[in-house]
Amino acid sequence: MALWKPDPTFYASPRDAVSAPPEKLAYVAAFDRAAEKPDAIAVLDVDPGSSSYGDVVGWTDLPYLGDELHHFGWNACSSALCPYAPHPHVERRYLIVPGLRSSRVYVIDTKENPTAPEIVKILEPDELAKRAGYSRPHTVHCGPEGLYLTALGGANGEDGPGGIALLDHTSFDVLGRWEVDRGPQYFAYDAWWHIAHDVLVTSEWGTPSMIEDGVVGELLLGRKYGHALHFWDLRKRRHVQTVDLGDEHQMALELRPAHDPTKQYGFVGVVVSVEDLSASVWAWHRDGDGWAAKKVITIPAEPADAAGLPPVIAPFGAVPPLVTDIDLSVDDRWLYVSCWGTGELKRYDVSDPFNPVEAGSVRLGGITGRAAHPAAPDLPLSGGPQMVEVSRDGRRVYVTNSLYGAWDDQFYPDGVGAWMAKLDSDPGDASANGFKLDERFFPHGEAFRGRRPHQTRLQGGDASSDSYCYP
Amino acid sequence: MTDGSLAALVALGAFHGLNPAMGWLFAVARGLQERSRSLVLQALPAIAAGHAASVGAVAVLVALTRSVVATQTLAIGGGVLLVGFGLWRLLSQRHFRWVGMRISLWQLAGWSFLMSSVHGAGLMLLPVLTSSGTAPAGHDHGLHASGSALSTGVFVTAVHTLAMFTVAGVVAVAVYEILGLAVLRRAWFNLDRLWAAALIGAGTITVLTAL
Repeated sequence: MALWKPDPTFYASPRDAVSAPPEKLAYVAAFDRAAEKPDAIAVLDVDPGSSSYGDVVGWTDLPYLGDELHHFGWNACSSALCPYAPHPHVERRYLIVPGLRSSRVYVIDTKENPTAPEIVKILEPDELAKRAGYSRPHTVHCGPEGLYLTALGGANGEDGPGGIALLDHTSFDVLGRWEVDRGPQYFAYDAWWHIAHDVLVTSEWGTPSMIEDGVVGELLLGRKYGHALHFWDLRKRRHVQTVDLGDEHQMALELRPAHDPTKQYGFVGVVVSVEDLSASVWAWHRDGDGWAAKKVITIPAEPADAAGLPPVIAPFGAVPPLVTDIDLSVDDRWLYVSCWGTGELKRYDVSDPFNPVEAGSVRLGGITGRAAHPAAPDLPLSGGPQMVEVSRDGRRVYVTNSLYGAWDDQFYPDGVGAWMAKLDSDPGDASANGFKLDERFFPHGEAFRGRRPHQTRLQGGDASSDSYCYP
Repeated sequence: MTDGSLAALVALGAFHGLNPAMGWLFAVARGLQERSRSLVLQALPAIAAGHAASVGAVAVLVALTRSVVATQTLAIGGGVLLVGFGLWRLLSQRHFRWVGMRISLWQLAGWSFLMSSVHGAGLMLLPVLTSSGTAPAGHDHGLHASGSALSTGVFVTAVHTLAMFTVAGVVAVAVYEILGLAVLRRAWFNLDRLWAAALIGAGTITVLTAL
């Protein structure tokens, strides 16, 4: 049913969204690597005033096995206020949850009972294949005229090209393939936009066969994974330009464009350089009529005794940082960078996007570090900060520790475990003191019932869910 | 045209101008993007032109039909159509789909035309169009009657659009200069539902008046 006034979680501008009230619940995708138990959406209490703060207070099992939940998103967000296709009286209530391995997409209602979300629709893989020609759905973004769903693979798990499927806002049916002219684009991963400039950006990971059984050493050293950004005309759905970061920069993943709609820059994280195992963050930006990208952060590998390393990296005698996720605060001032290999979450002041300044760092887990959480100082942690989500006001940062089933097993062969942590980030304090772990928030181990936690979505929206048409 | 119909035309124009979805919001967005009030002002005539084209098409069509079909038949037929369209607007969950912020003024006028048309902006004027003035007499078919019907259509469109343009302009400038877009969260009522009710109401009035 339509509302009489705009959904209160929609904000016209990022400036307004920063004043949003703190979230009380967080939704976390949790999957069973063995595919013996169903994957689930876990509901976390994130209200510090609550007696169950930091606990899993809700749980919705999916009806099938082996979906491998990964990323997901809201059915509607602040883009509903955009002037050219306004529909502000819809509700932000459904989570659109793709199974990255199964290619099923679940629509889950969080309104009736926010701590026991209910599955209201399931899109079967053949719908995505038949109507859009894609599989392995990944990122979901709410656009003004539909939902954009990126997919890594071609129809029925074929290798490619991957791309974007458009979903109807209300029925959630697959409307079709988004691209009219994809140019040279073949690999897919993330997509987002400069919505007020009619520009869409996509990034590259690899095809299903390149990732589903783990990272393939020869392909990686052969520089065969994705290493480019693609810029598109959002209106005409046409490929405009490829910006190649250089083939040593393997796997350009998460895209975080500036939230300010007057700006045309953004950040992308690169997992690993095959030259020195470093990881990097790049800023893309307008360059005359076209686009360019500049490396703005380099994080070096950390030397380590080969004996303590998993086989996949033992020959190198070093731990790669593996930047697998980044997140930009809604005010575009702070960039959070996950180093899943070394087990570190870094905070950068990106007031000047081309000259980030490190402003705090926290160690948790890591391939050799195994840093413990202060809430359980005797428990060495596996995995590292991976998916990172920032509250709209920019004061709370949530991280989970699993990357992707098959890859978890390669880099943390003795078990990646399951944990989630929260950091308090003080926007007024750029020193290391302004960025600290919350000792009261550490759901881990059995809290996740044998599943591995992946992306977090915050009730009412978060820093990577909404886009804005007004400055 | 009676004073009452004229007032109704102006009121409907104001109602259309007030609706953020009909264009003032787009004008504000274009201005905010470049921090330029003149961009807000430039957008408004294009939006009004698109609206006028959409309303004018209906007005002229109705006026021309009136010159060949009995007014009562037209009113009943049109009124029923209007109620049906209003019900569809009320029950349908689909919203206008369009992509693109960076468009030319010509494209903006086209956008406004489509937006007004799918919302049935012109249809809402049906009671005024079917009740205003005297229907051409039976012997008066032909060029003369068509000519006067056309001028009625043009007049109705002009009055309505002027009211729409004035209200949209005032709101756009007030929001751009003073209120800010945070006002949307409080004040953007679901005009689509009110709009659908107005369509159904207009259709009902048209039919009842004709009977």
